[in-house]
Amino acid sequence: MTAPTVTLSGVAKRYGRIEAVKDVSFELEQGQTVALVGHNGAGKTTLIKLMLGLIRPTQGTVQVLGEDPARGDFAVRQRLGYLPESVSFHMALTGRETLAFYARLKRVDVSDIAGLFERVGLAPAAADRAVRTYSKGMRQRLGLAQALLGSPRVLLLDEPTSGLDPALRRNFYELVSGLRSAGTTILLSSHALTELEDRTDRVIIVNEGVAIADGTLEKLRGIARLPTRISVTLADGARIATPNGGQVAWKAVRNRTFEAEVAPENKISILRDVTADPAAVAALHVVEPTLDELYAHFLGGRGMMR
Amino acid sequence: MNNIVIVARKEIQEGLRNRWVLATTLLLGALALTLSFLGSAPTGNVGVNQLDVVIVSLSSLTIFLVPLIALLLAHDAIVGEIERGTMLLLISYPIGRRQIIFGKFLGHLAILAFATLFGYGTAAAALAMTGTEIGLASWWAFLAMITSSILLGMVFIAIGYVTSALSSERSTAGGIAIGVWLFFVLIYDMALLGVLVAAEGRPLPTGLLDGLLVLNPTDAYRLLNLGSGEAGALSGLGGIAGHTGLSGPMLVAALIAWIVAPLALTLRIFSRREL
Ligand SMILES: Nc1ncnc2c1ncn2[C@@H]1O[C@H](COP(=O)(O)OP(=O)(O)OP(=O)(O)O)[C@@H](O)[C@H]1O
Ligand SMILES: [Mg+2]
Repeated sequence: MTAPTVTLSGVAKRYGRIEAVKDVSFELEQGQTVALVGHNGAGKTTLIKLMLGLIRPTQGTVQVLGEDPARGDFAVRQRLGYLPESVSFHMALTGRETLAFYARLKRVDVSDIAGLFERVGLAPAAADRAVRTYSKGMRQRLGLAQALLGSPRVLLLDEPTSGLDPALRRNFYELVSGLRSAGTTILLSSHALTELEDRTDRVIIVNEGVAIADGTLEKLRGIARLPTRISVTLADGARIATPNGGQVAWKAVRNRTFEAEVAPENKISILRDVTADPAAVAALHVVEPTLDELYAHFLGGRGMMR
Repeated sequence: MNNIVIVARKEIQEGLRNRWVLATTLLLGALALTLSFLGSAPTGNVGVNQLDVVIVSLSSLTIFLVPLIALLLAHDAIVGEIERGTMLLLISYPIGRRQIIFGKFLGHLAILAFATLFGYGTAAAALAMTGTEIGLASWWAFLAMITSSILLGMVFIAIGYVTSALSSERSTAGGIAIGVWLFFVLIYDMALLGVLVAAEGRPLPTGLLDGLLVLNPTDAYRLLNLGSGEAGALSGLGGIAGHTGLSGPMLVAALIAWIVAPLALTLRIFSRREL
């Protein structure tokens, strides 16, 4: 196991009287894709800025690739890629000139940038137009292209898919999985939880500056103990099995379709009972709690604790 | 390539693209041509070196226009990038905040120097082409005038950066920049004149007058170009210059101090600013 690429320990950040981040600790491993989710104003952007060394923590320490990103000769930043939320560029320059400027600053060969335009799906004709004429999605793609300059080892993407159409979102996540297999650590903040499902190794939920949940989706599901929804449509003439002494509260939702919410530990035995006679079942759906529901659960629990 | 050069190059590229370079060069060139041909009409045949007349009129033009152009270029440099969101991305790159400021300064200096050199150069070239005889000394004086105009421009670029680093909004920076321009170009001299009038012809102590002239970069510039030689006689400023103990090198040093101090202040403010 290699050393973690990003380490936050006991990090707090205060803006005047606002405590944007309070005592957050986590480590990001090499090759991990991590989603940072939370309400507006939860502190996601602040955490990303701390990891970039753009702001200094009021308490605690931040280590990226073994160094403090806010200090020293900025060698760390050469191996970091950053996409700010609502990214903007110098309007008068063309996309190609913009990317060349950032490439020079990162000491990346300027001849590499043609390939980057292709990777993010920006047509060569568009690359030679002034950024002023770009649509929001095109700007977002240019932003992504600059983040990918110099094959960074850590990518910090603040709401990377905002403004992208569905096709480009898929394209984006393909890009991400390619980078993940190359060993890049990717942290992405997002509000679009449903699209993150199956695409991240790990989810960190922040609320009011506190990391209230951190783990793989499986682990979070285990902690939350949210029920799994099973929906069965019976074949003609069959009756719903009532296992566990009739403890399952089946609800008839449509003609011959029944639904029940079952605890994780009962899930398997109930499924076995229901499917004991395959001929009796016309259709079966098992819906695991979604990331949306997990998110609501953790934030709801938080609300009750206050 | 060095980070400072990379940033300077981008500033120049932007200046060319949004027509800043073209507009300022044309403006300075057109005004310089107009002034030099209008100015040469009345004194045309009295034996005064024509280029010296041009130097006097261009110096007066510089005092009004160059600070204004410099402030317009500079007031937006920091707060504008912060407001548009480009600064956040830039400082996430392996570049120091000092390098950003120095790079911008180099770029803006290049734009201003180009505009001054070519704008004013056309006036001299046009004069030379009309067949006027111009002495070597006059050429040197002309070159010195252009160089000191660029120095004055650098002063106001640096001052513009201070307003830009201090302001939280572009419009504030713009307002302060206009105020700075009015103060140094108009109000200060009017107040100085008032003091001289109030003194009722009694000469001010030399030290005080020197201090007052050096505290305003445009006065230092004025004295440098109009205070001595042919130009002094032409502009009538030779009189005041005679009363001060300020030599040319001292005035140049004052201008350089006026560049260094605001730049240092800008670096200090900007490196502490969180965004
Ligand atoms: N420069 C600043 N000065 C003062 N307060 C700030 C500053 N930046 C952020 N904050 C405050 O810190 C808190 C966290 O902000 P942050 O931008 O990190 O939220 P976020 O999770 O990224 O929200 P969003 O989903 O809307 O992007 C907010 O209350 C915000 O008002
Ligand atoms: Mg944010």
